[in-house]
Amino acid sequence: MSAVEFRHVDFRIAGRSILQDIDFSIEAGETLVLLGRSGSGKTTALRLINGLHEPSAGEVLVEGKPTIAWDRVRLRRGIGYVIQEGGLFPHFTVERNIGLVPGLENWPREKISNRVAALLRSVSLPPEDFARRLPRELSGGQRQRVGVARALAADPAILLFDEPFGALDPVTRLDLQREFLRLRAELGKTSVFVTHDVQEAMKLATRIALLHEGKLAFIGVPAEFEGSRHPEARAFLDVLHEARGGEGDAGGGCQ
Amino acid sequence: MLSDVLQDLLEEGVELLGEHLVLVLAAMLIASAIAIPAGLLLASQPRARRWALGIANIGQTIPSLALFGFLIPIPFIGGIGQHTAIIALVIYALLPILRNTVTGILGVDPVVRDSAVAMGMTHTQILRMVELPLAAPTIIAGLRIATVTTVGTATIAAAIGAGGLGVFIFRGIASVDKLQILAGAVPAALLALAADGLLGWLEKKCAR
Repeated sequence: MSAVEFRHVDFRIAGRSILQDIDFSIEAGETLVLLGRSGSGKTTALRLINGLHEPSAGEVLVEGKPTIAWDRVRLRRGIGYVIQEGGLFPHFTVERNIGLVPGLENWPREKISNRVAALLRSVSLPPEDFARRLPRELSGGQRQRVGVARALAADPAILLFDEPFGALDPVTRLDLQREFLRLRAELGKTSVFVTHDVQEAMKLATRIALLHEGKLAFIGVPAEFEGSRHPEARAFLDVLHEARGGEGDAGGGCQ
Repeated sequence: MLSDVLQDLLEEGVELLGEHLVLVLAAMLIASAIAIPAGLLLASQPRARRWALGIANIGQTIPSLALFGFLIPIPFIGGIGQHTAIIALVIYALLPILRNTVTGILGVDPVVRDSAVAMGMTHTQILRMVELPLAAPTIIAGLRIATVTTVGTATIAAAIGAGGLGVFIFRGIASVDKLQILAGAVPAALLALAADGLLGWLEKKCAR
């Protein structure tokens, strides 16, 4: 059984068609990168997985069950969600932000605080320095690390990343990408990662799904993506080749 | 001789101040109990919100002395005395509280609300743990405006026999007695300043 499965999904909002006939599945443990330009529908596709949107036609299955048949609260608590700037609660300390979902799930207090400390260490933020801080007392990169820790808190099977590193400087971004790969090797979670950055996609993906104007233009492993003849894929590959052949300032990119 | 006059004023003043406080506190409690929950509901109902804010706006445009007068002949809620005055004060206090509650809730960063939903928080949890705490400074600012205004408006309640510091003021005007007017006006002003200071402090504390 696939972790997530899109079955001929259409999504329309206010008479506009955002996604058309999206049909693919995401296997347990893989990192599927949804790549596309702004407005290609990639974020919408991501939000269909945790029921923030509902398909207008077709269905999205999570662990074999259609999202509309899931109790929304249960579905979402089993899926970690990371967005740009972390989406942290500004009035909660780092500790409370990370411990939020375990708290909602009624974990005992001691178990939560151990979990929070372990997670902070695993995203390279020493708890004694960071647990009591408010989000505004963190840098962008640190907020993003806390966002990742929060998504991991209740040990969800699936993680969704919506352009999480989009607002970071290139050095911090590279740092977090490495961290992402390290955590993936460690935890082996199913991840769906939205980005418009083809370098990031090539670096992080086990498979790439390219969305173009609401349609799935390509899906396959990065090596296949490099050989794709789809015009939209070529457009992204041009960006990649430009960066590789350029002045060597490609943010420390891909090999 | 003068000290006798002051002694009398002081004794009566304490009593009137007590009445004044009762008027203000009762009106504020009732107005908050109506306007805060209504504001929370209206935040997610754009159409009803326009209507409710419009009606509350009209309530506030009625001249206060006229409003006290209008209420007197109305059966059950009207008549002479304290409860009529409290109803009038509630009508005035509703708008700032309602408006600030709505503004506070609508001012919560949509990204924060979105991530709360995405983490599997229920409506009630989002309201209690996210929206209310983040809107609290704005809501308290509304309470502050309403309280200060109510302290002032409550002086007019004396015109319909509801007591309070306005008794001094009306009597002073009628007898051209500056001392009486001041005996009503100064404590009312100090009371307003105290309420303003206290709620201002609370507002800052909530904003952290």
